[in-house]
Amino acid sequence: MEAPLIRVENLAKHYQLGDTDVPALRGVSLEIARGTFVAVMGPSGSGKSTFMNLLGCLDLPSDGHYRLDGEEVSQLTDDALSALRNRRIGFVFQHFNLLPRTSALDNVALPLLYRGLTAAERNDQAAQRLRQVGLAERMDHHPAQLSGGQQQRVAIARALVGDPALVLADEPTGALASRPGGAVMALLQQLNREGITVVVVTHERDIAAYADRIIQFRDGLVVDDQANARRDAAADFAALPTT
Amino acid sequence: MNFYATLLIALKALRVNKLRSALTMLGIIIGVAAVIVMIAVGGGARAQVEAQIKSLGANLMMVFSASPTFTGARSAVGATHTISEDDAYAIARELPESIAGAAPALRGSGQIVAGNSNWSTSFYGVTPDYFDVREWGLADGRFFEPAEINGAAKVAIIGKTVATNLFGDASPLDQTVRIRTVPLTVIGVLAAKGQSPGGSDLDDVLLMPITTARNRVLGATALAKSRSVGSIQIKLRDGADSKEAEDKVRALLRQRHRLQPGQDDDFTLRNMTEILQTREESSRVMALLLAAVASVSLLVGGIGIMNIMLVSVTERTREIGLRRAVGARSRDILQQFLIESITLSLIGGLIGVALGTGGAQLIGQLAGWPIQLSASAILLAVSFAAAIGIFFGYYPARKAARMSPIEALRHE
Repeated sequence: MEAPLIRVENLAKHYQLGDTDVPALRGVSLEIARGTFVAVMGPSGSGKSTFMNLLGCLDLPSDGHYRLDGEEVSQLTDDALSALRNRRIGFVFQHFNLLPRTSALDNVALPLLYRGLTAAERNDQAAQRLRQVGLAERMDHHPAQLSGGQQQRVAIARALVGDPALVLADEPTGALASRPGGAVMALLQQLNREGITVVVVTHERDIAAYADRIIQFRDGLVVDDQANARRDAAADFAALPTT
Repeated sequence: MNFYATLLIALKALRVNKLRSALTMLGIIIGVAAVIVMIAVGGGARAQVEAQIKSLGANLMMVFSASPTFTGARSAVGATHTISEDDAYAIARELPESIAGAAPALRGSGQIVAGNSNWSTSFYGVTPDYFDVREWGLADGRFFEPAEINGAAKVAIIGKTVATNLFGDASPLDQTVRIRTVPLTVIGVLAAKGQSPGGSDLDDVLLMPITTARNRVLGATALAKSRSVGSIQIKLRDGADSKEAEDKVRALLRQRHRLQPGQDDDFTLRNMTEILQTREESSRVMALLLAAVASVSLLVGGIGIMNIMLVSVTERTREIGLRRAVGARSRDILQQFLIESITLSLIGGLIGVALGTGGAQLIGQLAGWPIQLSASAILLAVSFAAAIGIFFGYYPARKAARMSPIEALRHE
């Protein structure tokens, strides 16, 4: 059997708030197989954000182990974490986090800047990803000239440009109306079908329904972890009324 | 991440906030421009003093008969000639370790006539040593021959100003000039020296053999007997201590004049080198002071840069978080903000150089001051500006680089 993309063991994270030690994550062990579409749910303060930060190598655990694609993350230096994020992980945020006054193309090319590629190589790959998300005509547009849905698709193209094994999406539809939100989910499902492992954080049941697996967090622990028969986002999107 | 891409990011960030960037640069622009103007004006003043030292002859000391400033019973200068030609020779002979030469000179003034032109000027009776001591060469013609000195020959060497006023563009050589009815043949023209430190025209002069002056032109038999002179010009050896030489000359003259201890000098000794060095020193101190003031404005400009960079880092916290998330290392962020502040200060520095050079020229023209722009001063000002960019940009850049990616991303 193929090794899982993600394996965490007794993953724990504590924050120091003044003198008190606040546990945000209290020992989580799970595996995520390559190519799965996972939804992470839970109320605020449940530890799901902390878990996502750890998965995204934005933070190091206080305790426990995290292996991403066979590589132990918990002992890496800050620079090594940056390199790992750059090569293995794509991020999609609720508020898109695009650079203002910067063209869609340059926004998408941003991760490649930190790989030392030439401008021509960067632009080439970024253009290809923009075509993939259906924004071939909008490459020179600045974020302010794009709709919310388009902005999120630029952000997805940026997450994909580095050819990551894992895409982490934090409430990707949280700032979008249902129609553009549906398009974003359809796009994520499509990427997943192409082999990318996708982990989505959401508090909406409807969104979680597009995943193969739903993990529920509460008080820093996993309280529920079930397989789910995923709904087809593209079909749902096609069924939405065009207003 | 390569330097060029970072530079582009920096330029773009500065372009986005044009007004803010311009205002921030203003401090550096004013500072650099001020430094350059100060150095240019200060350097010009110093160069002027140096040129004056050159015009006098380096390491010059002068002895005059009596003192014109003494009051009362004392006679006016020139009425009693207390120093003699022999004093000059004694100084040269007895103090060879510090004195390179001593030249006696007799001074007079009067109307010089050549053909139908005339010109009023000073004339000096001199020996050939005079030219060495004053480091004064000829533009044309020849020096006095020893035989001409001994024989009180009727020859003269004239300064540029005199030559121009009497002969215009024509060559004065072999022409005859009359001074107090004595006809003198012009055998040479002095090289131009320009102005003295006092502002008088050093080229407005006529030189003749000392014997000619004494016996024929001034015609005072009393002077002839005592061989007295109006002044002795003394040139120090290179590297000789001018203060020490001054003391030695004074002691020698007092001894020769048989002055008792406590008795006033019957001569005046003026150490030109000392005077000019003092002047040069004060102009240097002035220039340093002004440069220090200018540096303070550079410092203030630097603080302005730090302030704006801190604001910029705070404003762009989410951008920093995003860059970290997509793979920027801490040092990439540091580099990005550092290059931004250096670019800001360097552009400011270059504009400052342009304004400073233009300003210095303008001041030179309007105020009539000599200015001296040097490449090293410009280089200094620009590197100083860059250093300020690094120094004052480092703290904000480090602040940006040390942000936790998560908190930066979450920043509202």
